[in-house]
Amino acid sequence: MTITERVETPDVTPDQRGRRPRLIGINGPSLERIALPMTFLFVIVLFSVLRPQTFPTSANVSSILSSQAVLVVLTLGILGPLIVGDLDISAAAVAGLSAMLVVILTANHHMNFVLAVVISLGCACLIGLVNGILAAVMGLDTLIVTLGTGSLATGITAWISNNNTITGLAPTLVKIVVTDQLWGVSVEFYYGLALCLIVFYLLRYTPLGRRMLIVGQAREVARLSGINVNRVRIGSLVFCSAMAGLAGILYAGTSGAASATGGAELLLPAYAAAFLGATTITPGRFNAFGALIAVYFLATGITGLQLLGAQNYVQQIFYGVALLLAVTVSSVIRRTPKPAGP
Amino acid sequence: MEATDSRSSALTVDPSDHVPGGHPLLLRARDITKQYGGTRALDGAELEVRAGEIHGLLGENGSGKSTFIKVLAGVVAPDAGSLKLFDDDVSFPLAPGESHRRGLRFVHQSLGLIPSLDIAENLLVERFALARRSGYIDWRRFYDDAAELLDRYGLKLDPRRPLAELAPIDRSLVAIVRAVATGTEPDHSAAPRLLVLDEPTVFLPRGEVARIFDMLRGLVASGAGVLFVSHRMDEVREYTDRVTVLRDGRNAGTRVTAEVDDSALVRLIVGSQVTPSSAGLELADEHNATVVEVTGFASKSLRHVDLSVRSGEIVGLTGLAGSGYEEILYGLFGAHTQATGTLNLHGRELALRKHTPRAAIAAGIALIPADRLRDGVSGTATVEENLTLNVVGSFFRTMLLRRRELRRRAGELARDYRVRPPNVNLTVDCLSGGNQQKVLLAKWLVGEPSLILLHEPTQGVDVGARADIAGFLQRLASSGASIVIASAEYEQLASLCTRVVIFRDGRASSVLEREDVTKERILSECLRGSAQFAGDQEGGSS
Ligand SMILES: Nc1ncnc2c1ncn2[C@@H]1O[C@H](COP(=O)(O)OP(=O)(O)OP(=O)(O)O)[C@@H](O)[C@H]1O
Ligand SMILES: [Mg+2]
Repeated sequence: MTITERVETPDVTPDQRGRRPRLIGINGPSLERIALPMTFLFVIVLFSVLRPQTFPTSANVSSILSSQAVLVVLTLGILGPLIVGDLDISAAAVAGLSAMLVVILTANHHMNFVLAVVISLGCACLIGLVNGILAAVMGLDTLIVTLGTGSLATGITAWISNNNTITGLAPTLVKIVVTDQLWGVSVEFYYGLALCLIVFYLLRYTPLGRRMLIVGQAREVARLSGINVNRVRIGSLVFCSAMAGLAGILYAGTSGAASATGGAELLLPAYAAAFLGATTITPGRFNAFGALIAVYFLATGITGLQLLGAQNYVQQIFYGVALLLAVTVSSVIRRTPKPAGP
Repeated sequence: MEATDSRSSALTVDPSDHVPGGHPLLLRARDITKQYGGTRALDGAELEVRAGEIHGLLGENGSGKSTFIKVLAGVVAPDAGSLKLFDDDVSFPLAPGESHRRGLRFVHQSLGLIPSLDIAENLLVERFALARRSGYIDWRRFYDDAAELLDRYGLKLDPRRPLAELAPIDRSLVAIVRAVATGTEPDHSAAPRLLVLDEPTVFLPRGEVARIFDMLRGLVASGAGVLFVSHRMDEVREYTDRVTVLRDGRNAGTRVTAEVDDSALVRLIVGSQVTPSSAGLELADEHNATVVEVTGFASKSLRHVDLSVRSGEIVGLTGLAGSGYEEILYGLFGAHTQATGTLNLHGRELALRKHTPRAAIAAGIALIPADRLRDGVSGTATVEENLTLNVVGSFFRTMLLRRRELRRRAGELARDYRVRPPNVNLTVDCLSGGNQQKVLLAKWLVGEPSLILLHEPTQGVDVGARADIAGFLQRLASSGASIVIASAEYEQLASLCTRVVIFRDGRASSVLEREDVTKERILSECLRGSAQFAGDQEGGSS
């Protein structure tokens, strides 16, 4: 039995080796962390100079802030599965279904709006649960599962609305979503902000956030560390659908109506924002405030371009480019010299 | 190359730095420097390898060995340095595949195999890349060739088995065979002239190590050279002709192995005095209570094994490759579903069939798995997130995760376990292999478990840190924990364990205790299983 003890000699001090080591992901170099907010500021200044009459007005600011609340909530929703390593592409369809349900239940069936909201959210959660069980318990590919349930939700939306746009949402609901204002901005903006704070808290200030991260990065490690991987994944998918349901209700509340295909156009912007958001605040990690900033950055850019006279299709182009750019940037941030291992 | 030549004469060449017979130089690397952010992984490192030698590359964890090898392979471009391969000067950065074309072959620390493919596809993967003329592949011949290759190197494996199914040890063997075999067949251009292996032996028991080195000796005899990285002193001593030691990315020296004694070599590696500590091994008291009782354990390759461990005892499990002794660890932790039997831990009965890692952790069991990157740590999460994963719940108070305390705790752990660099914000995959292993150990030992299961706990860990880890385990044992180590490193088992159980034919075939626990006895017991003695001494472990 030999036990050895080491005596450091003065020529090798630990500090000498690693004074400024490379940091990846969380707490990354500060330039990376503020790149998006800086670009955002630049865009605001640019459009304010180019369109001083229409861009930097309180009406425009208020309209951007409130119109994007739906997208904020949906983006926060898809963060859950993204963090645990799943891709939920049914979210936008679930939002559409939930919007349609709440309109039909209150307009055609004169149901109390609270009950209608509860039923819509319940349906959304049910879809999330089905996603979760098929993906986590049955071990199917989440992308395929949610492609299926998403299509199912879209189909049901078209079916129950007879392919029409339905109007006549309960006025109270419209009132508590858009008509009521605080400091000149519709309350729905504050709903999005509040949810963002909650998601931020959950991810950063609870053990759940840490566990979700490990589930997403290394499932086997998570399992062997005693984390109930299935429960975490199912939970994230249900959370995502519930948030999508909420987004759908805000969507209905904003316009007072729901269209048979409503919501579908939100999927790409939500993913663009989630990935763009992952390049800031904690670069390389999906995070709530990054997503919030990204949503408003994208909306501001599009509004500005439209004020400059751009056509509607600029939206698609802008979101598409943003998504590709964001994914490229985060892959560069995350790149570690993999090929030869440790 | 005037400049380089004048430089070389200016360098003081180590007097012992020559190989008898004036063998030709295969490789000469000079002044290799590589900076990662603020970490200087290589700082003017140099190396020479000659034809006909097995050259060891040694150094502490994080001293730059793997980085050096990646530079040679062209995977990492150095910031500065020159390289001479055979008679040609090669300039950095190397073109993709250039070192391969020039006859270098590599087995990297992470093996570089593709788990989703089968053995044959892994072995002959370059055939897909080289598929000339048509894209046609003769599948029958493909598998025949693979089978022939496996056979030639004495591996009893079905070439159609997916790599993911293989035990870590078989994966290492496949990786080595692939590296050696690539390009040796008649229809390939350059035969390997220099084989480079980064810690190829971490999983291999002595018998297998010997087989590998027999193979390498044959290669060397035909004029090739071998460069290999290892932290295992016994094999360095036994198989290398010369060694080069790196310290902090610089050369600490090159020596002819036969001319340097162990303690001098260790001093060269750690750059400090390694003095035997006076603290002797506190043997677990004979009268300590038996707190771990495994009865009727069965798994994929084990049948009806009984095992009992006292509190404060360190028990070793070993056997030849494929004897399945490590399955006990995974079974007791609930990591594998096929295990059956019962575990009685401190009077609590647990049925293994329904066992889960969650239940195991709740019962105070810790498992340090061998497959570090798949099962052990998350490479893309930070050191802090990995270190504190199992205890993060206890830092959640009054609805808030105490992030600052968590960071402080992680920092303490990193310091206690000498993780370098000691920065807990780094992601784990920018640590060296040995330092990743320390993170893994620290993650599990922090919870003060009462039953600690370790599979190859010191794989890839340097001599100094090995002693540290041994110390940690002994301290845990003396405070009452029961420890089970499954390992193919007999020397380590001999130094740590008071009892070693040897497995053969799916059963615990013999037990060595106290003064019988020596490297030689373990080896002979293991080999006995493969010889004609089979059949005697059944079930001697209870
Ligand atoms: N991708 C990377 N990013 C940042 N630092 C790195 C990276 N790869 C290696 N390093 C650092 O470079 C140093 C040398 O690492 P290297 O892997 O070469 O060590 P090693 O000698 O192979 O150690 P071990 O024996 O533990 O495998 C270490 O301090 C390590 O943290
Ligand atoms: Mg290494």
